[in-house]
Amino acid sequence: MASSVYLCLLRAVFLVCFVNPLIQGLSGDTNVIQNPHHQLEENLTGLPIVTFKWHHVQTPYLVIIWVFVAGLAKLSVVELNHHVTSVFPESGLLIIMGFILGGIVWGADRAQTFKLLPPTFFYYLLPQIILDASYFMPNKLFFSNLGAILIYAIFGTCWNAATVGLSLWGCYEAGAMGNLDIGLLQFLLFGSLIAAVDPVAVIAVFEEVHVNEVLFILVFGESLLNDGVTVVLYNVFDAFVALGGPRIDAAEIFKGIFSFVVVAFGGSFLGIGFAILLSLLTRCTKHIQIIEAGFVFVVGYLAYLTAEMLSLSAILSITFCGICCQKYVNANMDEKSVTTVRHAMKLLANGSETMIFLFLGVTAIDTEIWVWNTGFILLTLLFVFIYRIIGTFLFTWMLNKFRLVPIEVIDQVVMSYGGLRGAVAYGLAALLDEDKIPEKNLMISTTLIVVYFTVILQGITMKPLVQWLKVKRAAHSDLKLIEKLNNRAFDHILAAVEDICGRIGDNWWTRGWNRFEENYISWLLMKPKARKNRDYLFSIFHKLNLEDAINYVSEGERQGSLAFNRSDEAANVDFKKQFGSEFADVMPNIMVDMSTYELGIEHFSVTSTVKDTIPSVSLDIHGQDRKNAMDDINAHHLLQQHLYRSRKHHRHKYSRSHFSINQNEDEVQEIFQRTMRSRLESFKSAKMGVNPAKKITKHHKKELTHKHLTKHDLVFLVDSAVGSETGAINSTFMRDTYTVGAGIENPVFLPDMDSPSHSLPWLMETEAVAPSQRAQRRLPWTPNRLRRLAPMRISTCSTDSFLMADVSLTLEEHEEQSQTDHEEMCFFLSTFEVNRL
Amino acid sequence: MGSRASSLLREEDIEEIKKQTGFSHSQITRLYSRFHSLDKGENGALSREDFQRIPELAINPLGDRIINAFFPEGEDQVNFRGFMRTLAHFRPVEDNEKNKDPTSGEPLNSRTNKLFFAFQLYDLDRDDKISRDELLQVLEKVDVEQKMSIRFLH
Repeated sequence: MASSVYLCLLRAVFLVCFVNPLIQGLSGDTNVIQNPHHQLEENLTGLPIVTFKWHHVQTPYLVIIWVFVAGLAKLSVVELNHHVTSVFPESGLLIIMGFILGGIVWGADRAQTFKLLPPTFFYYLLPQIILDASYFMPNKLFFSNLGAILIYAIFGTCWNAATVGLSLWGCYEAGAMGNLDIGLLQFLLFGSLIAAVDPVAVIAVFEEVHVNEVLFILVFGESLLNDGVTVVLYNVFDAFVALGGPRIDAAEIFKGIFSFVVVAFGGSFLGIGFAILLSLLTRCTKHIQIIEAGFVFVVGYLAYLTAEMLSLSAILSITFCGICCQKYVNANMDEKSVTTVRHAMKLLANGSETMIFLFLGVTAIDTEIWVWNTGFILLTLLFVFIYRIIGTFLFTWMLNKFRLVPIEVIDQVVMSYGGLRGAVAYGLAALLDEDKIPEKNLMISTTLIVVYFTVILQGITMKPLVQWLKVKRAAHSDLKLIEKLNNRAFDHILAAVEDICGRIGDNWWTRGWNRFEENYISWLLMKPKARKNRDYLFSIFHKLNLEDAINYVSEGERQGSLAFNRSDEAANVDFKKQFGSEFADVMPNIMVDMSTYELGIEHFSVTSTVKDTIPSVSLDIHGQDRKNAMDDINAHHLLQQHLYRSRKHHRHKYSRSHFSINQNEDEVQEIFQRTMRSRLESFKSAKMGVNPAKKITKHHKKELTHKHLTKHDLVFLVDSAVGSETGAINSTFMRDTYTVGAGIENPVFLPDMDSPSHSLPWLMETEAVAPSQRAQRRLPWTPNRLRRLAPMRISTCSTDSFLMADVSLTLEEHEEQSQTDHEEMCFFLSTFEVNRL
Repeated sequence: MGSRASSLLREEDIEEIKKQTGFSHSQITRLYSRFHSLDKGENGALSREDFQRIPELAINPLGDRIINAFFPEGEDQVNFRGFMRTLAHFRPVEDNEKNKDPTSGEPLNSRTNKLFFAFQLYDLDRDDKISRDELLQVLEKVDVEQKMSIRFLH
């Protein structure tokens, strides 16, 4: 709380100090702006060492100041007292913050110099929000509910516009609003701009509420797609108002309806066209991976502006661009680029949203625009609310006749309550032409009041309402495996029955589309490499491995950074960061969108079994002996390593096109080896039942490990019968090249069959491995057992990077191999086999 | 086809099927024409081969089980009644109570009956129990993805 207060004060002071000279500068020196040089030359009497060049930087400076202030506002809003934030939606708080800021600016200068101008809003603030929404749109959900969404968007919006406009006009005629210079057409125009549900506000409020996904997609999809209707209605009525009443006849009305078709479909197809362009572009950008992420934003923005230029629906255009391109762009681009796009998209969208709400607040503090007409405003509020409810229930009733899963009453209540108006309505109101519509200020005022009402009041009450009505919430956890299995089974069953009945149902369309898409569209738009990597099994494999890795690291970190030493459970290594590049090279270039990763395998992940079965006690049993002997050597080499290495540790390399996190392959592989070894260790110990006492509570997990180990298909660990120790060992695999004092043993390294002269990485003088400090403090405990970690893969078709990674590395081993270890090694080696997929 | 098909289906048959399964008149006629088009041998009953001739069913992982579900225990032919009876399981659930008379038992598309039908699809050997192997078989057929994640089940 204190920090936020501090921030607020800081900002206030900052603004006041800045705003005053800014305003002075703005208002005073209009001529000088054009000729700064002249001014300088005129008054020059001596050499100025430092000059205050405000005019040079004025515009960008103001922009950046406001962006900065918006960021600070968001920060302080987030840092507010938890009680406040749990009640108020963030958007509401930002508007209130905007009030405060507007007040400050107003106080400094008796005019609101920083308004939310429609061009700024429509061209610079809105597109990225829509692009973000559409890029992350859950396509399957969207398209399966598309019918309902379209009904709400088209007919719902028309209904809202017509009814609100007509009712207001009726009340005006009845004299409830006093004297206004306004006619039916203007009422209808006002109705059309106030009718639109706003995507920004919907996202902002629903994001905090977490309703079930069908409900969310209905409201959200409606808010996105209704722009088509809004633009048409607005333009049509605007033109009608300009034409004047008498000249409107059937032809004009017909043209209006026709324009809807053109605008909506034109905008959509334009968006799809740009999506195709974008997909083709990303298909060819293999060599400029550093900037390919930018293409997404540029082409998306182009789609928006082109549609705007052609007076088509810009929001629809950018929406469909995002929706259609996401799959191909994600497949074609490098994984790093995909991550970049995602993060940048979120950044821009969040920033824009903050600025929009902030400015919505700031623009309110302006005496020029406020015209208060009680009747108009209150009636608008009332009608907007009521007709939304009526419209929603009406259309849902019609839809439920055709839907398989009907929309429940409670969902309908939330849907009608969630019809929030936002900045789009304000933007459209501000765009009105004052000459044609004399009551523009009244409309702006009303729009602002409606926006505040919906965002703040309805935003506040949305969460309690949802809880009170017991709306079905979004599933908090992933479905259990059995649920997923059953869902899949039922899908198949239903599809089969549909085929038997000869009925062309949803499934038929979906399957037909999928087949068409797979054969033709993907061929065109996806890189051939990406298409190959879409092999189903392979992508699952990749996903699973990555999930394992991430679990592994987070578990390791959870256990504490020394876990690697104590229990060999996990290496405190940022697995993904280090291996990301490695993965990219060795693994095919497929995108794993972890956010859409649906497999809920946390229950069964390898690491969960790992962590439960690591017996730290057993470690010590074996480890202690070694430890004492090796401690000295360790210490010596530790020092040697770090004393001499610390200065050379960082290799700086500046490059515009390349930034690599850790490209030292040897180091990467060594750390990798350790971790894999430790994992293998744990499995081994679990299998041998080394420490049963520790696992009383996790007994079942141990058994799972057992089973896991016996018939594991995909993970690179050992598979097979536990007891068969009779395998003939290929002794070439085990070479005793350990020399005491040669360095920190890294027993994991196998002797390389091809090039035994590979020197130990840590002995290499120039660039060698600098194993993590923590890892060095303690040796991994049973090097012998883990010898067999590197690939015994003979098969060349392995794509498992973990295995391929360490082919070239050498193995060091302890001299004091216990016989049992040796035997275990034997059986490991003999029975190791990774089944092919 | 239309007229020939409906001429083989008498009015009282339709009524009976309607009462038993709950399909509407038009639905029954339509399904009868479908039944007829599937019935290549024209003997008024479908055999397993007739079902297997449907192309999409061949690539459906659970296709053969669905087909089996149509044939009652031990028989190889299913007549129209049986066909409709099985299909009736897939009608939407009606939660209204007004048509319920206590003597007719639960309608075929009640939730319990649907569950029972689905259970039978899993239970291949029809011993009223789903064994671990049977579950695994379904898993294998249906969802390779999940199978790969259940590394412990084997």
